[in-house]
Amino acid sequence: MNVRNALLSAASAVALGSSASAMECGTITLGSAISLTGKYATNGVHAQNGYEFAVSKINESGGITVGDKCHHFEVVYYDDESKGDRGATLAERLINQDGVQYMLGPYSSGLTKAIAPVTEKYRIPMVEAEGASRSLFNKGYRYLFAVLSTSEQYLASAITLAAEKAKATGKDPSEVTIAIAVENDPFSLDIRAGVLEHAGEHGMRVVLDEKLPRDLSDLTAILTKVKLVRPDVLVISGHSKGAATAVRQIGEQRISVPMIAMTHCEAADVTGNFGEFAENILCSTQWAETLTYEDPIFGSAANYNAEFKAAYPEYAEKPVPYQAAQASAAVYVFKDAFERAGSLDREAVRDAIAETDLASFYGQIRFSEAGNNIAKPMVLRQIQNGRYNVVAPSAFASHDLIWPRP
Amino acid sequence: MTMRRLVFYGALLALSLAAPFLFPAFKTQLATLWLMIIVALSWDMTGGQMGYNSLGNIFFYGTGMYVAAVITIAIAHDVGEYTAASGGGIYTWTWGQYFAGLVIGTLGAGFFCAVCAAVIGWITFGLRGPYFAIGTLGVAIAAGELVSNWDWVGGGQGITMPNYPGDFERFKLLIYYLFAALGITLFVFVSWLYSTRFGAAINAIRDDEEKAEAMGIHTLRYKMVTWAMAAVFVGAAGAVSAFQLIHFEPLETAYQTINLGIFMVVCVLLGGKGTLWGPVIGAVMFHAFKEVTWSYFLGWQWIALGALIVVVVVYFQDGLMGYLRQRRPDWFGMRVDAGETP
Amino acid sequence: MDQILFNIGLLFQFPLVNLKIVIDGLMIGAIFALAAYGLALVWGVMNVKNLAQGDFVIAGGYTSWFLVRTGWLQGLGLSDNAAALIGVPVAIAVMAGIGWICYRLVITRVVERDLFTSLLATFGLAIMMAQIMNLLFGSDTQSLKLEYDTLYFADGLIDVPIAKLIGVCMAAGLAVAVILFMKNSRMGQAIRATSQDSRAARVLGIDTERVYAFTFSLNAAICGAAGAIIVMVWVIQPFYGITYSIRAFVIVTAAGLGNLPGVIAAGLGIGAAEQYGSHVFGIGYQQAIAVLLLLLVLVWKLARQRRQRRVLE
Repeated sequence: MNVRNALLSAASAVALGSSASAMECGTITLGSAISLTGKYATNGVHAQNGYEFAVSKINESGGITVGDKCHHFEVVYYDDESKGDRGATLAERLINQDGVQYMLGPYSSGLTKAIAPVTEKYRIPMVEAEGASRSLFNKGYRYLFAVLSTSEQYLASAITLAAEKAKATGKDPSEVTIAIAVENDPFSLDIRAGVLEHAGEHGMRVVLDEKLPRDLSDLTAILTKVKLVRPDVLVISGHSKGAATAVRQIGEQRISVPMIAMTHCEAADVTGNFGEFAENILCSTQWAETLTYEDPIFGSAANYNAEFKAAYPEYAEKPVPYQAAQASAAVYVFKDAFERAGSLDREAVRDAIAETDLASFYGQIRFSEAGNNIAKPMVLRQIQNGRYNVVAPSAFASHDLIWPRP
Repeated sequence: MTMRRLVFYGALLALSLAAPFLFPAFKTQLATLWLMIIVALSWDMTGGQMGYNSLGNIFFYGTGMYVAAVITIAIAHDVGEYTAASGGGIYTWTWGQYFAGLVIGTLGAGFFCAVCAAVIGWITFGLRGPYFAIGTLGVAIAAGELVSNWDWVGGGQGITMPNYPGDFERFKLLIYYLFAALGITLFVFVSWLYSTRFGAAINAIRDDEEKAEAMGIHTLRYKMVTWAMAAVFVGAAGAVSAFQLIHFEPLETAYQTINLGIFMVVCVLLGGKGTLWGPVIGAVMFHAFKEVTWSYFLGWQWIALGALIVVVVVYFQDGLMGYLRQRRPDWFGMRVDAGETP
Repeated sequence: MDQILFNIGLLFQFPLVNLKIVIDGLMIGAIFALAAYGLALVWGVMNVKNLAQGDFVIAGGYTSWFLVRTGWLQGLGLSDNAAALIGVPVAIAVMAGIGWICYRLVITRVVERDLFTSLLATFGLAIMMAQIMNLLFGSDTQSLKLEYDTLYFADGLIDVPIAKLIGVCMAAGLAVAVILFMKNSRMGQAIRATSQDSRAARVLGIDTERVYAFTFSLNAAICGAAGAIIVMVWVIQPFYGITYSIRAFVIVTAAGLGNLPGVIAAGLGIGAAEQYGSHVFGIGYQQAIAVLLLLLVLVWKLARQRRQRRVLE
């Protein structure tokens, strides 16, 4: 990791040197407590890679022009071990001891919940990319901004799809039954809340509602019940390990549910690991490389995808997880805000972030009063022949939904 | 001698009171240091002085957090409604409600934990040796798992405490002094306790429980009372932590069995088991080591910590105080050979 | 509450489900039993309570996973399946080596010391191992997906992946092999003698140091095999060790030391009990059920002990 970062920064230094900009650039230090160990480590690393990639990319392309002086980004990381209390302590340390004035978010809603009170109290603007739970945005935080869509939207569109399909086959949506298995953490519980809300609107019945433990390695007990109650929709959310375990055991146990929707398929690389077991599963994503978003730094979504894979060869064989893309987008929001604010004054930057209306490779970014991004939709992809194809919402759909799962 | 001792304690007290002003950027780390001292000292009450090695003291920490949270929330709002809300309403506390929560919550946490300790102790103190350690560890793990499935207190979402209504730096000072007051009280209390008949009785239990029983010491009662006293302080420390952290969740923060739950034991071993100063010194050393490795050896910190634990446990079982006692017995008022001591 | 009643109702509505739950429970229980079996050995013979037990299991899993993923064996013309099967003996060998190193560096100094020393020293070992695996292999959950079929019975309700079946057979074979080894070989006899009375064993010319080193390596090897089987059937992750450690402690505490058939029975029983528990109460209570079982066993033993004491008085 460190070796690669060193190489990257060396590469960017060379690029800078050759681009004739011999002028002295200042440094803007961002801070982030991120999960490098513990239960969220997989996605913590995705997020860190996303941050690092964006930082080197932005620095390469001339850095940040504040007023008429150029600046480069630098990020100080600490490992929060996927623990809230650790994250909060580290946020304080970043602010107090390392003098960090601007924060990037940690991974997961739980950690963001733990850190947000600290940044709020210190009036440190935090642009986060990995905390989606709505419970973050009802506390009246002024300095918290999230580039991603909130988590109740993740799988809600799957419920809408199920209702449409029921109507198309001449059934009433209220006959649809749903089974839910989500991890016992803020993010997944909010996904569950979103699914329940949508199911309630259609009058659907929830026949199974279970919470997964954090050391999940076996879903057999739930899947057996799924076989018995035969729901029309199965909803699973448990970060990467939940997705991996679920896909494998769904395949082994030949669970035939007409629609299976889950999160974190790309982060767990279910197509690479489990092949045909993953077929026709619906995966929610914040971002897809096939979408037509664009910006001047990262280019198109497809270009981001290609360059990210080149910089981090370990993603060569698998899809770039959206966790990395949105992390990059958070850094981009900072660049944009600094340039519009035209100063390094914290309040000015905060106001500039609040007024963000940015078209990026990750999608449109515009914050609500509460700080969440309201300009970008969630997309639902289906794994079809080993590829992730967008099937909903219809404005972005490139392929038709295969339903029911064979 | 007494004069020197008085000056020493006075200087130490002055240092602890002035510390947050001397190192204003380190208030939270200093507060956490006091937390380590509190849990180490109270662990040593049963582990070092009484010979009952509990691995479940973290249970009181987590329970203290939850008791304080529930009390504070209940003062102003309906708990079930508050924890269930995932959108919509914003909940607020007045100054009066906040401080009522802080005071009642902390006291209530201490009291409730003492009751828990008596009840759990009544069952588990029948277990000896490894089974006591494993049994108490089991209680702590089971409690964490059950709380994380209990929706009324937020389940896996954890609980968010109210924000301090005033200035943040003041708030951190307040937290620091709460921890410091708790720690100093505990230190004074145990140094008095160990000099009483009660202290002699629990030492007798450690040295030979059957004999103590035969001498007419009602051992179970002593064990329960000692553990309950330790639990008061751990529970109250947990309550203050809950206010400090603002947001906490059951498994990783409140009932963090394999972190703080074990670290407190390592602190005691590092400093020296069964001594007055050992836990304090051990906590300071451990905390310093942890902060340094966590800042400078990112990614390797757990390996360094694991290695430290192994080395301490395997090679320096008696801790720093034990080592000093062996090398400089005169410091401890022991005379090995009257002829040669200077 | 409704959910619990509904779940219990399912058990009666579809009686075959009981069979399915028992089969699943026995399969996972067989793995638990292996890890517990090793723990019973080191606990009984050298009085070491190894909290790193689960991490040995996970390390064994990673050994096998690494072997298959690098593709050395496939380069020799073997299939993935064969490579995974060879992974089991390789994990046994590698973990025996790691166990020996751990013994030489750490365990040798805590043998026969008080309980706390071994608990804490192995706890230190456990967090080191977990983090080293995290650095080496990353924190993703990993598993090997093999090209074996799944057998289906009763209209697809009962599914038995052949990989699972192979895993269970290997576990059973290994358990039998170890029992025979302990009964019949010189080393096995020496181990048993040492566990009964180490001083007497030493007097009689048994090199107890060698016996200890061997026992600990054997334990690590058994755990390694369990891990290599787990990675074929379930998933592993660097920080999953603790679940297996907890199960191992529950089982050994329930069965008592020096009762190897009891350990196996308790392992299978706990596997089944957990599956039933998570069917009825929800999978979120799995860990809680295991730990509460442990507490129940402890309390029950305590009560029995008290009754005996009263009888003596």
